[in-house]
Amino acid sequence: MSDILILVESKGGALEKMTLELIRGAGDLAKELGTGTSAVVIGAETSQLAEAAAAYGLNKVYRLEHPLLKDFQPDAWVAALEWLCKEIAPKVFLISHAFVGREVAPRLAYRLNTELTTDCIGLRIDPADKGLIRTKPIYGGNAVAIVKTEGTPQIVTVRKGIFEPAEPAPAKSEVVPVAPPLTDSVIKVKSLKTVEQEVVELDKANVVISGGRGIAEKEDFELLAGLAKALSKTHGKVLIGCSRPVVDKGWMSSDHQVGLTGSMISPDSYVAIGISGAVQHLVGMVRSKKIIAINTDLGCNMFKVADYGVVGDYKDILPALIKKLEE
Amino acid sequence: MKEPKIIVCAKQIPDPEAPFSNVSVDVEKKEVIVDAPDVISPYDENALEAAIRIKEELGGKITVLSMGRKVSDTVMRKTVAAGADSLILLDDPAFARLESRSVAQVLSHAIKKIGEYDLILTGRQAGDWDSGQVGLLLAEVLGIPAISLARSIKVQDGSVVVEKIVPVGYEVVEAALPALVTVSNEVGELRYVARTKMMALLRRPMTIPKWGTTQLDISAEALHPVQLTELCPPPDMRRECVFIEGASPDDKAGKLAAVFKELR
Repeated sequence: MSDILILVESKGGALEKMTLELIRGAGDLAKELGTGTSAVVIGAETSQLAEAAAAYGLNKVYRLEHPLLKDFQPDAWVAALEWLCKEIAPKVFLISHAFVGREVAPRLAYRLNTELTTDCIGLRIDPADKGLIRTKPIYGGNAVAIVKTEGTPQIVTVRKGIFEPAEPAPAKSEVVPVAPPLTDSVIKVKSLKTVEQEVVELDKANVVISGGRGIAEKEDFELLAGLAKALSKTHGKVLIGCSRPVVDKGWMSSDHQVGLTGSMISPDSYVAIGISGAVQHLVGMVRSKKIIAINTDLGCNMFKVADYGVVGDYKDILPALIKKLEE
Repeated sequence: MKEPKIIVCAKQIPDPEAPFSNVSVDVEKKEVIVDAPDVISPYDENALEAAIRIKEELGGKITVLSMGRKVSDTVMRKTVAAGADSLILLDDPAFARLESRSVAQVLSHAIKKIGEYDLILTGRQAGDWDSGQVGLLLAEVLGIPAISLARSIKVQDGSVVVEKIVPVGYEVVEAALPALVTVSNEVGELRYVARTKMMALLRRPMTIPKWGTTQLDISAEALHPVQLTELCPPPDMRRECVFIEGASPDDKAGKLAAVFKELR
């Protein structure tokens, strides 16, 4: 018996860490339900990925293969997963709350006539009806809701970093190839081209220096870059981040954005400059080990979550700080 | 290309930028209490901005649909001040705190009542529950193409071409109209609406249809509220902030540099 299904995601041919986290989370739920966990890998050719997933002691690894599934085309992925779920009828379906899940899960839930909860940070089984009890932060993390929903499968997307990644298990999983009957007609949205851009990975930084609405001019980010340069000699990898208004203005690309809809990070040090601290930003950086804030407004949220605060204008503080650090 | 008819779905929410000291949780009533004025959900403002830009280029008509319980037309009239042509409120006691799927059902009834449309725009997610579902669900209910996370939108010859944000950069995709597109903040902020313009608009009589279950021909029993079993306050994020004092910026910078050296 395997009633829990997880969606496997990969990058560069290797399993994503968030997938290993799902395997662990699913395992805990499986114990509560007295069942097992299966996984689905999707693509045009999935043998290698299926083998990688099979090393984690799952019941079954479904290889959902079709030429239309080669790249991530949401229409095809939704149709293939709809078909699989109707074939194998999982009771619970866990998907990571990331790019693919955000797009696929709502549409899949609709087609399966069930109700989805997104961005869950806690999951357990209701002993009464075996339903999935979901914990989800709302109002940007200002409150935590515990909800249940109707329908089967009980389907959720799960925030990254909530479970520890699973370790490989001695028991091998059974690999099951399945071919969904897809036709070109399922593709309603046609991909014309993908433009790759240089993307910063803020979660790999030791220090992140972010600017917000309080930064007066785009050029002032040069000051932040100057601080980054000074700190990078002694503090490891230092990257520049920002809060949402900066992206809205078109000053920075969204990969620099820290917060609920950007990166959720926990660097050694986070330096917030001219960021008042909207909750949607705070949830993305509040787990940083040390938080240093520079802001003109003593009453702002950012000072409430900071370890060190400087009340003042960054235009005065930063040049002086860079000079002192370089002394 | 004929002038496109665009529908923007916009939700009214408590200001998500409110300081967290203004937000509290009533555990008993299972309600979040925000001591701040309501606003239009930020991503929905981005969606409206995208719609207005299309209208500037091609002409057409923008209808804003806003659904909820006790939707305020003073908050929502900002959409008209910014450039929308009409505003319809979907307001009914039965619309309080609905689950995403039911929200999409109600919106789909309203859209069918409006009749003809080319493009539906929604924010990528609402700034209160941040579920990010309604837009995509609505496309499913209506059976039209869905494109998410747009950073730019172009309407041409019966189709829509969208640059959507993907992890490696962006992807250019195309779908036939009618279609639904969810909009991300990269599109840009809603244009500034001068206060005088807003005030003048509020004084002007304006017909704002209010549709409830009766007008939309929906039975309240068919709608599911969110099954909220518990609502808790968040874990405390506060830290004890050490303020770095100094007579001059130079003085403060020196002490801050010392802090950085300690953190190494």
